[in-house]
Amino acid sequence: MRAAVLRKEPSSMPAPIDPIVEVRGISKSYGSTEALRGIDLDFPRGKLTSLLGPSGCGKTTLLKIIAGLIKANAGSIAVDGKVVTAPGPERAFVFQDFALMPWATALRNVAFGLELRGKARAEREEIARHYIAEVGLAGFEDKYPHQLSGGMRQRVGLARALSVDADVLLLDEPFSAVDEQNRRKFQEDLIRLRSNQNKTFIFVTHSIEEAVYISDRIVLLSPRPGRVSQIIEPEIDRSGDPDLIHRDKHYLDTVQEIWQGLKQYAE
Amino acid sequence: MATGIRTESEAVGLATRSTRGEVGGWRDQPVLLRLVSIALFAGIWEIAGRIPVSFAFPTFSATFTAFIGLIADGSLPLAYVSTLQPLLLGIVLSAFLGVGLGTLCGLWRTGEWLLIPVFIVLQAAPVAAFIPMVTFVYGIGMTAKTLAVMILALPVIVLNTYKAVRNVNESLVVMCRSFLGTRWQVVTQIVLPDASPVIFAGLRLGVAAGFVGVVLAELLITPTGIGDLITFHRSRADYAEMYATIASIIALSTLTLIVLQWIEVRVFRPETRGA
Repeated sequence: MRAAVLRKEPSSMPAPIDPIVEVRGISKSYGSTEALRGIDLDFPRGKLTSLLGPSGCGKTTLLKIIAGLIKANAGSIAVDGKVVTAPGPERAFVFQDFALMPWATALRNVAFGLELRGKARAEREEIARHYIAEVGLAGFEDKYPHQLSGGMRQRVGLARALSVDADVLLLDEPFSAVDEQNRRKFQEDLIRLRSNQNKTFIFVTHSIEEAVYISDRIVLLSPRPGRVSQIIEPEIDRSGDPDLIHRDKHYLDTVQEIWQGLKQYAE
Repeated sequence: MATGIRTESEAVGLATRSTRGEVGGWRDQPVLLRLVSIALFAGIWEIAGRIPVSFAFPTFSATFTAFIGLIADGSLPLAYVSTLQPLLLGIVLSAFLGVGLGTLCGLWRTGEWLLIPVFIVLQAAPVAAFIPMVTFVYGIGMTAKTLAVMILALPVIVLNTYKAVRNVNESLVVMCRSFLGTRWQVVTQIVLPDASPVIFAGLRLGVAAGFVGVVLAELLITPTGIGDLITFHRSRADYAEMYATIASIIALSTLTLIVLQWIEVRVFRPETRGA
């Protein structure tokens, strides 16, 4: 574990070291529509990898297959070397539409993953309170989802995923239903959270800027059927002021490079 | 001292709650408004009775006096003892059976194909026509009355539950599965709470239908209970007593529905409280 964290030297080599999630030959069709064809991917431990591509490239499908929520027609997924076909405790999901129970308070929603695992109430609520504070929602524990803004609801969703202490967090376009200002703030918070959580993030997005801003690694998928077209590792220093990243030369160059690659798929 | 502070904070709480609505003033006094509504109804009844609309239409005051009289001579409480047993039994059985069957049909395809058409036909059919048939098979006792309640209450409860379970928020089900919820946990933690508003709407309709069922059974088959009391006073032209009996069962039915709604909000959907 520690070795993985220390391995921080910048490498432009696409070959990842110590993959935590291995995707091998994944294919998926819906009837006659081919969503994914022969996907081979490694997700390095402790890094944030984005799956980026235009709509219809199967990025959410791939994420849900990794989560064990959708069955693939062919291929396999291994987490920590073990093949998985169903959801497991080492993976936690953050949903595009938040998927919060409207009848439960923020606290119960965050503790829900632990509640399902039969953890005692006092214990799970203590953990939930910790992560609610961690995502910046302290004081909102007893609010119901309808009393929270879109951004705050997704913070609840993130806290729920963090509180089950999974090694891999799977985020499915988590900011797409959040307004622009809150999305910026949330992205900054995510960079901060990453640096002190020591988890692997797999992040689906259709925003080039978002992907470059937060990712260690970007997997570009091409549509119909979804295939891996390119893997990019932006070398951006995120230790300083997050606002400076938007003016970083590498940041701007990478955004431009990806756009040139994706342009052909725009309608 | 402590009580003083407590009352004050409660008053502040009340004030913030009432300013939350868009319009202030008299609209924020639901209890007062409801009392006014009841008083208005009683007033119109009284006037209509005094005109009179019909010689068989008593005034509100005469009906109320008759009501007190019926309680005093014990005939109303006695009638309720005999009516409430099959009613309660029928409603409780229908509620559990209905929600159980509806959930099963919502989750299990084979069950849906087997049972749902039967209940759709039952709901469409004028089931009151079955009541004489039920009497023919089961005689004039508790069983027949309980069955009369159930054939009226069950279809609407089953169909509402089934529809609610079928239309459950799929994204919450996926969420529960992704956090390692078992099939049983998905049903109890997600499906039933999410479906509860529509299930309770069905329960309210079912309870109301159950009241219809028991009164019909008592009017049509077994001359006992409330139905018998209505028939008896009608035959003696004691219209005030007859109206008092009818009004009492309407009031009881309404009260039951209010209690049901209270349970729903308290137990299943706390977030809708005060909204």
